Amino acid sequence: MGVFQQILQQMINGLSLGSIYALLALGYTMVYGIVKLINFAHGDILMIGAFIGYFVLTKIGVTPGTLIIAFLISMPLCALLGVSMEKICYKPLRNAPRINALITAIGLSFFLENGARVLPAIGPNPRVFPTLPPVTHHLLGVGLSRVQIIIFAVAVGLMLILNYIINFTKIGKAMRAVSYDKGASYLMGINVDRVISFTFALGSALAAAAGILFASAYPQVEPYMGIMPGLKAFIAAVLGGIGSIPGAMLGGFILGVAETLAKGFLSSQMADAIAFGLLIIILVVKPAGILGKSIDEKV
Amino acid sequence: MTTLLQAENLSIQFGGLMAVSSFNMELKEGELVGLIGPNGAGKTTTFNMLTGIHKPTSGRIIVRSRNGGPRNIEKLQPYQITSLGVARTFQNIRLFKDLTVLDNVRIANHFNAQYKSIHALLRLPVFYQEEKRIYEYNMELLKLFKLEHKSDELAKNLPYGEQRKLEIVRALATKPHTLLLDEPAAGMNPQETKELMELIKSIKEQFNLTILLIEHDMNLVMGICERIIVLDYGRVIAQGKPAEVTRDPMVIKAYLGKEMENDA
Amino acid sequence: MQSERQKKTITSIILLVLGFVFLNALVAMRIIDEYTTQVLTIGAINVVVALGLNLISGFTGQLALGHAGFMAVGAYTTAALVMKLGVPIFPAIFGGGLISALFGLLIGLPTLRLRGDYLAIVTLGFGEIIRVIMINLTEITGGPAGLKGIPPFTTNFYWRPVVSFAIAYLFLVLVITLISNLLKSSPGRAIVSIREDEIAANAMGINVFYYKMFAFTLSAFIAGLGGGLYAPFFGYLSPNMFNFQKSVEFLIIVVLGGMGNLTGTVLAGFGLTYLQEFLRFLQDYRLVIYPLILIVLMLFQPSGLMGLFGNREFSLAGLAEQVNQLLFRKDPAEKAGEK
Repeated sequence: MGVFQQILQQMINGLSLGSIYALLALGYTMVYGIVKLINFAHGDILMIGAFIGYFVLTKIGVTPGTLIIAFLISMPLCALLGVSMEKICYKPLRNAPRINALITAIGLSFFLENGARVLPAIGPNPRVFPTLPPVTHHLLGVGLSRVQIIIFAVAVGLMLILNYIINFTKIGKAMRAVSYDKGASYLMGINVDRVISFTFALGSALAAAAGILFASAYPQVEPYMGIMPGLKAFIAAVLGGIGSIPGAMLGGFILGVAETLAKGFLSSQMADAIAFGLLIIILVVKPAGILGKSIDEKV
Repeated sequence: MTTLLQAENLSIQFGGLMAVSSFNMELKEGELVGLIGPNGAGKTTTFNMLTGIHKPTSGRIIVRSRNGGPRNIEKLQPYQITSLGVARTFQNIRLFKDLTVLDNVRIANHFNAQYKSIHALLRLPVFYQEEKRIYEYNMELLKLFKLEHKSDELAKNLPYGEQRKLEIVRALATKPHTLLLDEPAAGMNPQETKELMELIKSIKEQFNLTILLIEHDMNLVMGICERIIVLDYGRVIAQGKPAEVTRDPMVIKAYLGKEMENDA
Repeated sequence: MQSERQKKTITSIILLVLGFVFLNALVAMRIIDEYTTQVLTIGAINVVVALGLNLISGFTGQLALGHAGFMAVGAYTTAALVMKLGVPIFPAIFGGGLISALFGLLIGLPTLRLRGDYLAIVTLGFGEIIRVIMINLTEITGGPAGLKGIPPFTTNFYWRPVVSFAIAYLFLVLVITLISNLLKSSPGRAIVSIREDEIAANAMGINVFYYKMFAFTLSAFIAGLGGGLYAPFFGYLSPNMFNFQKSVEFLIIVVLGGMGNLTGTVLAGFGLTYLQEFLRFLQDYRLVIYPLILIVLMLFQPSGLMGLFGNREFSLAGLAEQVNQLLFRKDPAEKAGEK
């Protein structure tokens, strides 16, 4: 394989990984845009979503049809989980010092991971995620697997749906209003609580989808599987500009490509360090991210 | 008389909105100037630019520093501007709520404290001397505002009026030459307001201060300010002596009109 | 005023020394058994690191989630200084603290200019990445297999627990004195004002970025000292000892005791360490209970245990005063008159 093909291959792998990061980064960025909170537990929703998919698929077998059923079960359940987390844990702390909500978020994350670990149905050991038999198409000497095609299709489809919801529906407009000015939205008669719940639901559903895709790509599920993708998706959100939806998508793709290139040409362990180094560089050079704008705190 | 604080063509833009445009002002030593205007006219935004919290989009701000030289401050951080001698209070009270009244004031002495961290860690004599000086000086300031007996209370437990006073004491403790007061009497009853204004006048004399004051209560501004600047939609629409300003048709239209009718 | 202060300082020092001698006597005479001594030593080390975390998270209000990482840096540096360069143990521990502080400085510079949340995620990332680095730096760290044979505080087997305990105790006292002296001073008040209201602090002449850096670097230094104590005490280090879970354990100590309260951290640190030894049978369930404690505390008692007692701090001189009054029934009012 020539260098060109090698790079092209890594690009394809990177874009596929990146679309998973993008789905996850959308949840971070939407929640941050609306309640200004880094939801540390977001990566763990990916894990829960993957496990729900795992249970569905082991029960009814894997066909393209059951895969769709897995998405349709996992996404609403995770949306429900996200909303309950918000209602029980974050909402009471909305007026408390920020550090309190952050600590709660880290507590929730830790609780979900270790809770999954002690549950007899899940347990600490990795399990093989059921997948469709692998098929690889070859084009110009570059391989494109069926899983990758599914990942692209689902991720792009969901992003188009999200884009429609945010730009063309009433609740989407309310979301944008609340993220712009919560107080004024409230005065304009927007049910701010409902908008916040909806945001968590939307973000968590996307995380669940990302979970099934992630588990299909690395066919394996385990309780701590959400930590690293969560951290990287957050980096992607910051890279794109936290609070910006197109930014999260862009950031996800960039990070995915950067990571696979690093893995392919450097070392796989250093890839994690590179993602982290990237975060530091953005924070130094352009903390508002590629598509974000800095907003001053009200005085 | 020397100019202590000067703004030249100060403008700031938030998104597409020009919040303040071409603001000009000259504050001379010993003046007490009022900055008035309807809600949303850009008064607090102007304060935020003068104190470094917002960076102006264009224009210049010049402060006479303590050693006398003029300095451009539009790129400085708030703490640097404070150390040059310009202190402020906040309209929506920003005390250190969970700290004591005394600590609130002591924090404002920070850049005047003549010892370093290492002196504090090793508890050297210079630490004790300075702490004693700061304590005594701050208790004196609190006494002026009749807050000395509450020095150990938490700031959040003070009644509203006293919280506003504490904001002023805190600003005074930075030893400013120019004091910017953002609606110091907001939420006070007429009697309290009157007393506060007397107090402001007296500390102005005692500490040789120059004061710029945002106020809503028109009568009050007319009563104590020597000069008034009127803002509307981010522009200065009039300035001059209180009596002149109240006759200005632009001002009457923009702001005073309604109130005058109400008063009549 | 002057003599009153000196009296207080002298009382505190006398009580500290007495406490030290007394505890060590108990340990040396094996009245406190070896196992308990070990738990107390681990407790003291945990409290040291937790106090460092409290400085940045409780007093400065900036959440940090990678203190196990700083501890790891301190531990490995100390071990390397002793084993590779033959540096004596005490300077080596301080060396561990300094290198850890250097990491703190490097992380803080880009991060602390921005709003507080970024520190949380960057330190979390740091904690994870430093482990990857430790695993790969086989030369110094022994890689994933771990680093064995770190020389203990003393080679005398009988005296080892006593000496370890005494050294941990000394460092604990040193760190408490350092932090409490700092807090009761102008720089300390500057640090706390940042937690209370960053904008107001800035407007009152506080260089907010500088003091965040100061607090964070000092915090990393203290965590590094904790790691430095850890290395010779256990004699063995592996990268997985310093995982994210460990960082969260320190956070729980701080939150349970009360953010911004030193007494609380000391009590919760020893308490949780002690409990942990006895709750070993709970195994993985402990990891479920811990985060629940965090969430419940944040929702219902955010000021922690010491918040129940008005967030007051324990002081030895204060204790002496109380005992004095109790014994000699001296009226405090009368005493004030004497001055």
